[in-house]
Amino acid sequence: MNLTLKVWRQKNANDKGGFVTYKADSISQDMSFLEMLDVVNEGLTKKGEDPIHFDHDCREGICGMCSLYINGRPHGPKRAITTCQLHMRSFKDGETITIEPWRATAFPVIKDLAVDRSAFDRIQQAGGYVSVNTGGIPDANEIPIPKTIADEAFNSATCIQCGACVAACKNASASLFVSAKISQLALLPQGQPERYRRVQAMVAQMDAEGFGSCTNTGACEIECPKEISLTNINRMRRDYFNAKFFKEEEID
Amino acid sequence: MSNFSKAFSSTLGKKLIMGLTGLFLSLFLVVHLIGNLQLFKDDGGKAFNEYSFFMTHFTPIKIVSYLLYASIILHAVYALILTTANKKARPVGYAVTKGEANSTWSSRNMGILGTILLIFIVVHMSNFWAQYHWGKLPYARYEMNLNDATDVQVTELPFDGKHLVHSQYVDTQKGTEVVVAKDLYKIVSESFKQWWYVVLYVVSMIAMGFHLYHGFQSGFQTLGFDHSKYKPLIDFLGLWVFSIIIPAIFAAMPLYFFFLK
Repeated sequence: MNLTLKVWRQKNANDKGGFVTYKADSISQDMSFLEMLDVVNEGLTKKGEDPIHFDHDCREGICGMCSLYINGRPHGPKRAITTCQLHMRSFKDGETITIEPWRATAFPVIKDLAVDRSAFDRIQQAGGYVSVNTGGIPDANEIPIPKTIADEAFNSATCIQCGACVAACKNASASLFVSAKISQLALLPQGQPERYRRVQAMVAQMDAEGFGSCTNTGACEIECPKEISLTNINRMRRDYFNAKFFKEEEID
Repeated sequence: MSNFSKAFSSTLGKKLIMGLTGLFLSLFLVVHLIGNLQLFKDDGGKAFNEYSFFMTHFTPIKIVSYLLYASIILHAVYALILTTANKKARPVGYAVTKGEANSTWSSRNMGILGTILLIFIVVHMSNFWAQYHWGKLPYARYEMNLNDATDVQVTELPFDGKHLVHSQYVDTQKGTEVVVAKDLYKIVSESFKQWWYVVLYVVSMIAMGFHLYHGFQSGFQTLGFDHSKYKPLIDFLGLWVFSIIIPAIFAAMPLYFFFLK
């Protein structure tokens, strides 16, 4: 396959940046999108040019490190996969592919296509945990949890923090990520003691990071590589309003 | 800052205001539509004019109407605040976006649709609502035969500052009931005879249909309500009642006066 790539190049966070066009020739259909970029980078290095900077790690679709806004969609045209799992057979020979970084105030560009997603880490640190004292291993069936609840919590917990929800959202809202992290704990007994403190702290941090507000377009749910559902966002709202308006004591 | 005000300054809280005011405005549409169906009555506007007087002078309804004006203003102001913040959340846009792949057109264009509706509301209220309250409206005199409800004599009266807003009495000697009312019906029917006015109304109602196609169900989600048992009902009402039936009947009113009156 011969492709034309329009790639966003930006030296650092302060650089204005712009698109640079590259030719990607004799690309195999079986390559992943990242392998295709590796080939392009190999060529650039040989020519003595600066290779394209992009994030990647496991290349198995589970680490959440790869990103890329490909032809107007996060993680490319396929559903429920990350960019590393996207194969070149999903594109046509001779196609022009536009590759951009995630765009959000809270995700400043580090270089080229790599963005700083530490805003997500700070939201997690604000309350996305369960405080327990270490001790003996509890019995596996000590705390009964209905299967449906366990499954729902597990679905929420599959979020890999890649940031595609923010990238897909027209408002650059992080609601899907934040609500998944809140839900995975709010659904389970272990998450109850800190439930209402957690939701308030994490929402406050989300707002402080400068993410937009959720207008329920549902774009995040469609683009999420782990298919985290919109119902998490509604659960977050219920818990948040519950904490703010209906709790007798202020839990902050 | 108290917990309460902190809640309303968060993104979730600001959206809660949007959701609550939006759903209240949707509910208002139902009442407004049912009342305005009297425009279709072929009685020289008697029922509609009596209804107009009732809606502007019955205290509980007046209280709700102030809530309605506040809702319109809050909904528009918060839309502006949230949109500005959302634009700030992504200062550098994408060169290529495929929004149609992951969301409905309505959901991505609520601001544009809302702006059309705001312009419509300003025109609509300044022509009818403001005219009724402070304008020099003509009057209509309805004389009904008490023995035969279908026998109604309509006389148009010019504006007269000395007239009461509304009067009603029974003339026992003649055996008639007389109603003298501000003739809003006449203003409505004359407005709807202008083609550009009809176009504005029909276009606005189409915009309202699209606005509510996303807005009605989104409002419930913003409150955190998405129970899997009732979500299909909300989606159904949002599509059929709020984005098709209600806008269609509203749009039929100017068309009725333009083509059939």
